[in-house]
Amino acid sequence: MSDIATRPAPNLLANPLVKFGLIVAAIVAALALGVRLDTSNTFYAIFVDPFQQMVQAPDLLVQTVWEGLVSGVLYALIALGFVLIFKASGVFNFAQGIMVVFAALTLVGLYEKGVPAFLAVIITLGVMFALAVTIERVVLRPLVNQPDIILFMATFGITYFLIGFGEALFGGNPKQMIAEQLYLPKGALDLQILGGLVSLQKIDIAAAVIASLMIAALAAFFQYTRIGRALRAVADSHKAALSVGISLNQIWVIVWFTAGIVALITGIMWGARSDVSFALEIVALKALPVLILGGFTSIPGAIVGGLIIGIGEKLGEFYWGPLIGGGIESWLAYFIALGFLLFRPQGLFGDKIIERI
Amino acid sequence: MNAEPINVTGTPIRAKGEILLSVENISLRFGGVKAITDVSFDIRKGEIRAIIGPNGAGKTSMLNCINGFYQPQEGQIVFKGERRAKMRPHRAAAGGIARTFQNVALFKGMSTLDNIMTGRTLKMKKGFFWQALRHGPAMQEEIAHRRVVEDIIDFLQIEHIRKLPVGKLPYGLQKRVELGRALAMEPELLLLDEPMAGMNLEEKEDMCRFILDVNNQFGTTIALIEHDMGVVMDLSDRVVVLEYGRKIADGTPDEVKANQKVIDAYLGVAH
Repeated sequence: MSDIATRPAPNLLANPLVKFGLIVAAIVAALALGVRLDTSNTFYAIFVDPFQQMVQAPDLLVQTVWEGLVSGVLYALIALGFVLIFKASGVFNFAQGIMVVFAALTLVGLYEKGVPAFLAVIITLGVMFALAVTIERVVLRPLVNQPDIILFMATFGITYFLIGFGEALFGGNPKQMIAEQLYLPKGALDLQILGGLVSLQKIDIAAAVIASLMIAALAAFFQYTRIGRALRAVADSHKAALSVGISLNQIWVIVWFTAGIVALITGIMWGARSDVSFALEIVALKALPVLILGGFTSIPGAIVGGLIIGIGEKLGEFYWGPLIGGGIESWLAYFIALGFLLFRPQGLFGDKIIERI
Repeated sequence: MNAEPINVTGTPIRAKGEILLSVENISLRFGGVKAITDVSFDIRKGEIRAIIGPNGAGKTSMLNCINGFYQPQEGQIVFKGERRAKMRPHRAAAGGIARTFQNVALFKGMSTLDNIMTGRTLKMKKGFFWQALRHGPAMQEEIAHRRVVEDIIDFLQIEHIRKLPVGKLPYGLQKRVELGRALAMEPELLLLDEPMAGMNLEEKEDMCRFILDVNNQFGTTIALIEHDMGVVMDLSDRVVVLEYGRKIADGTPDEVKANQKVIDAYLGVAH
């Protein structure tokens, strides 16, 4: 009589708690087995020793996390540039990295030609605006309604154009960022904590503060303004946006210009920590794992993803790196991202696609 | 005695109002495919104008030409006395043409309220600096527009879904939100592409009531595409019939119903 025979068997794995419990149990079992079989001490070196070090020297841990935090903030800034453009036009802008370099080079180059520092900043902003307008007119507008991959390839073109253009104008040699002239702080702040000395570079603190301010400003811009609403609208549906009178061309110029501003600030901060050279472009590729982690469409995702990658990378390098001879900082981020793709392809904060069918 | 003078065919007199929009000899091709061939008709101020025809007759293409999504290769569109060979979506919206889509096109991630607020985009003028600060003139402007939007939400009876992301709403409600967004533009001409497709009887009746109310209360001119003949005959003042991209009839519902070509197009004809 009852429908017991036809009812599907309860799927225990569908319950997240059960699933999580099973995973934890599996890890514990594997660890226990590992300890028993651990003859060459590798297990100890990987799973026990690093954590012992962390507890024994908390000041070193704080220092490492701080450094990770700072590079994380800068990764987040670069990722933010990607997210802005991806949200509004669905284009993965490969050129974001070179835009960072180009903005920084323009700023320094102008200063070297005798332009006062702050005037140089304003002129550089003007250059980024001109770049946004040019890209919209010359690249995006003729390619409207083309498949995404074509637009993606077009951003490769922009990348190589900017590399060549930048080198022709400013030369290929690394330059010194004009940090002092922009009144960015110098030196270090030494803190006596946890029985040790933790040294914080003032420029890093400034970078963290400025990045936070900018992110807050962007969030307010997106949330509360007519243009912010229009940006989100364009991201969702081009034709619906057009039908309410939103001009796609105007929106594209705005996002590319905003991405240009973000690029300039990123360039100043990165440049102040090392120097301004085309090598920065490689660093910008770190934004890719950040985006995979945080989701391509989420501003909070870019920030959290950036911090996770930054901190994870530094901790990995410092505590686990020596086990395999160091140098894992350059690939660990991609490794983490790969693991993430398996379990949460839309990222931590990415839009889960809502589709009613 | 009658509030509204009725002429012999049962059409309200207002259908004789001045011409708001007319399309003249429009032809649209996609490569070798002729979507529309030499079609002309007009829409008068205050009327409800239906465009009907079998599938693939070019109805949606016609709407797309009117609001500038497609640029016809031949012919012209005269809107409020301005003659244009090409309409641009932005210019159409600024000129007072709003529309809905056959398969709803909403901003799925945004709330009902935000979706309808986008309809106010062209009406908001204050600089975004003030808006970002949420102070001063921009705040007053936002509040004023918000009031209009709340009125529309009341009008469409969708208060209960104000804050929900529209992607999660059932189809019938999505169509209503889309109508709300179009209304927020306070359009002079409202283009509705199958506003009742996929709805049940009750939802259809609601939608019919909204369309009539919009037309009566705000005096908005409406051009609509619809397949439900009962709805078309009840709602519209005049009907234009397309088949294979050509106009085969144009007139009051009764005239169109009696037209032999229309009967053939819908029922098929023995060869």
